[in-house]
Amino acid sequence: MNPFSSGTRLRDMIKAIRACKTAAEERAVVRKECAAIRSSISENDQDYSHRNIAKLMFIHMLGYPTHFGQMECLKLIASAGFPEKRIGYLGLMLLLDERQEVLMLVTNSLKQDLGHTNQYIVGLALCALGNICSAEMARDLAPEVERLLLTRDPNIKKKAALCSIRIIRKVPDLAENFLSPATSLLKEKHHGVLIAGVQLCTDLCKVSEDASNHLRKNCTEGLVRILKDICNSPYAPEYDIAGITDPFLHIRVLRLLRMLGHGDADTSEYINDILAQVASKTESNKNAGNAILYECVETIMGIEATSGLRVLAINILGRFLSNRDNNIRYVALNMLMKAISVDSQAVQRHRTTILECVKDSDASIRKRALELVFLLVNDTNAKPLTKELVDYLEVSDQDFKGDLTSKICSIIEKFSQEKKWYIDQMVKVLSLAGNYVKDNVWHALIVAISNAPDLQGYSVRSLYKAFQLSSEQVSLVQVTIWCIGEYGEMLVNNVGVLQVEEPMTVTESDAVDVLESCLTHHSTDITTQSMCLIALLKLSSRFPPSSGRVKEIITTHIGSVVLELQQRAIEFNSIIQRHQNIKSSLVERMPVLDESTFISKRAGSSQANISTEKSNQQLPSGASLKLSNGVAKPAASPLVDLLDLSLDDTPVPTSTSNDFLHDLLDVGLTNSSSSASGTDILMDLLSIGTPVQSNTTPENGSSIKGFNDILPIAKPNTATVQVVDLLDGLASNGSHPGAQSPVHPSIIAYQSSTLKITFSFTKQPDKPQVTQIHATFMNLSSEAYTDFIFQAAVPKFIQLHLDPANSNHLPASGNGRITQTFTITNTQHGQKPLAMRIRIAYKVSNQERLEQGQINNFPPGL
Amino acid sequence: MLGGQLISVLRREIVEEGDEKGVNSMGIRFVLLVNKQGQTRLAQYYAEHLTLDERRALEGEIVRKCLARTEQQCSFVEHRNYKIVYRRYASLFFLVGVDNDENELAILEFIHLFVETMDRHFGNVCELDIMFHLEKAHFMLEEMVMNGCIVETSKSNILAPIQLMEKAS
Repeated sequence: MNPFSSGTRLRDMIKAIRACKTAAEERAVVRKECAAIRSSISENDQDYSHRNIAKLMFIHMLGYPTHFGQMECLKLIASAGFPEKRIGYLGLMLLLDERQEVLMLVTNSLKQDLGHTNQYIVGLALCALGNICSAEMARDLAPEVERLLLTRDPNIKKKAALCSIRIIRKVPDLAENFLSPATSLLKEKHHGVLIAGVQLCTDLCKVSEDASNHLRKNCTEGLVRILKDICNSPYAPEYDIAGITDPFLHIRVLRLLRMLGHGDADTSEYINDILAQVASKTESNKNAGNAILYECVETIMGIEATSGLRVLAINILGRFLSNRDNNIRYVALNMLMKAISVDSQAVQRHRTTILECVKDSDASIRKRALELVFLLVNDTNAKPLTKELVDYLEVSDQDFKGDLTSKICSIIEKFSQEKKWYIDQMVKVLSLAGNYVKDNVWHALIVAISNAPDLQGYSVRSLYKAFQLSSEQVSLVQVTIWCIGEYGEMLVNNVGVLQVEEPMTVTESDAVDVLESCLTHHSTDITTQSMCLIALLKLSSRFPPSSGRVKEIITTHIGSVVLELQQRAIEFNSIIQRHQNIKSSLVERMPVLDESTFISKRAGSSQANISTEKSNQQLPSGASLKLSNGVAKPAASPLVDLLDLSLDDTPVPTSTSNDFLHDLLDVGLTNSSSSASGTDILMDLLSIGTPVQSNTTPENGSSIKGFNDILPIAKPNTATVQVVDLLDGLASNGSHPGAQSPVHPSIIAYQSSTLKITFSFTKQPDKPQVTQIHATFMNLSSEAYTDFIFQAAVPKFIQLHLDPANSNHLPASGNGRITQTFTITNTQHGQKPLAMRIRIAYKVSNQERLEQGQINNFPPGL
Repeated sequence: MLGGQLISVLRREIVEEGDEKGVNSMGIRFVLLVNKQGQTRLAQYYAEHLTLDERRALEGEIVRKCLARTEQQCSFVEHRNYKIVYRRYASLFFLVGVDNDENELAILEFIHLFVETMDRHFGNVCELDIMFHLEKAHFMLEEMVMNGCIVETSKSNILAPIQLMEKAS
């Protein structure tokens, strides 16, 4: 019975599946078929097993589970006939994968088949092994494969070579065994053996430095000869593609030569000639020829080629770039990306063509070209390139605008030499694609405007003009609102007019019109509306004649259904009505936003969380309302990211720091007398953050519980005293919830068998965010410490400033102390508790010691 | 068993390290045949073990991406961390997933070679030939690609074992 023509039932099944009109029908047919196959398998029906596997392959391809057929594949493989084996191996490769235990069972059959006398059966086994073997199988069967590499039959040789690739990828230690057989494969004539051998050598180079040295020494000559032979060979019908003999072999050899020549001057020199020959002789009117040229260029770029050869390569790319075939242009752009590191001047010459590609109708080409343009920008060409890109932004596809905008913005930010240019370009981008501009980009613009007093008038006027034309771009609208609020009088009074500006007259009511139209426009979001309200409040003080109108507008929002707007409207309304005398100082211009703080913040949070960015932006403006003239922000001290702890988003340690917590637990457990299990303590530790936070409500019970939970960590005898202190502090805190400046109890921040650190806190009542911490270090061991250094790391929302310690010498047994003061600014005061990681380095009789810890038990309200 | 685990840990390290240097590069990651309606007609994955759900999701995604493109657009689509090189023959799309450093033009040529080989065997191959002789299409592919590497490029060498077997039966 022939398994491949007896597929009547297979045919029927396929027909039945094709006739299905809905997915549900198809599922029903497949379910029925699977049931039939299962029962056939359980009846051990040998006659149908091959057909069952063929059906299962089809069902598998459609995406249905077929695991029940796996054992059947193994049975077929173990049977004697070639057709059964063949379908069995195919089923094995499709239905199984190396993670399944079934694979263990097949190792023996594979071993037998690898030793079979029939070359086709050996070929089947090699093919299966090459596709699915696991590391264990690779170790077991590597000797067989090595043996087969040396047989005479080319069909077995080529498959054994590719099988070896899989083996050395799985078990790189076996690479050296394959080195000399691989080298001898390169002397063959059969193209299949050659291509497989070249690929095996390439993989050997990748896994082992020794192998690549060996191949460099012994094979370069042979490879060059292979390349020469196929370049110059007469018409070979078997391997001919469009007049070129075996482009696949060409490409593989070029690739291996690239690996051998990379970073090696001698080899590079040796292969220079042949590369020049391939690059100049290969026909470029067919795809196959271009594929070779493409690979050849990459090899020239990858080795220590002579400058003449490089010029040849760049010229080929230039030709590719002007080709009408999009495929060729795509690979040219791809290749130029790599060439830019080798010879950026040469790539610059093609700038105009590349820029044209950015405007191509094909998304793949556009994407490549844009990335390339981004790499090409430098100080001299930034301006014309930006202009081109901005011009194109106007007409580009909606899908592409996002990518394009973000690239343009980073070019503008990176290469702006003068502020006016930067502001001009940003306003252009905002008005063309403001909806695609990321929040941190327009925040940066505001910071820049705030830092350029002589351009503020100009900025607000150009924004006003841009707004008139494109009021639907959200970020343009937001920047405009902010600037009108801040610099409204410059708009109306034409302050600081630059020579290039066209004169314009804007009345006070025009400015208010802008804000009112934004506020009432149906598509405006809450953030924008809130910004409008603040700007209006500011204008009411800048433009006294319009204050009546402003008041009216604000009053209409007192009944807003959006809580945020309602609250703002009510607050602002009462400021206007009842606090005329302090209003002008309340709504004074924002203090200049600190550029360096903003930049470092932006760099710090690369995954720029929009919400935090927003709160950063709005926090100062809110503060300026409440605290008359804003809070002067100290410059961020460089954070020593000791252990890369990021507490940004969660007040409790995240799961990534669990290992560290275990370390902490080890310390704790050795000291504690309690027999609590590790996980319990971990839970307790994790819960510290919560009770501390909810501490402002006078729930003493839960707070005490929270602090009791810390107990196991601290040393019992000292800790009891400390806890009483803590509770005292808490109790007083709880009973006077309205206390003006709470006294914060000192804490034992860290304690090990050798070292104790105590923190005490002071706070100035008018700066709730800032805390001064006095740290006291005590040596609990019997030996003195020298070179004592204390380091601390804090999450990104906290700023830390360490003052120098009073000494770096710590006498033994608590006979002396080091004190050190530092200042902490919690920018998220009231929302997130303090947290800190510490590292203490010191020397004991000239031996270096290191201790680390995490402090989560800061008193609440810091 | 422990040894096995150790080895697999080691291997993972090597693979991760290798990703940068391209040690892990496979060449061809998968070969997919899809008709105009987006139905899979042949699927062969190399070294990439996907669950059924992952496979379905992947095939859906790339088919949507590639079939939406016009004739004039180039035959390469970047997807996740690799590229898809595709070519259309009448109602059938041949999609080949390759690593980023693979020669895209050569893969186009490879697709054509695969089609020509099937053409020589079936004689003017069509979608139904592949559907009803799925195993033969797989045998041919198996002779051409092993573990993501091209092993044979001569049509007669590829077809020899298949023809031999047909004669025998």
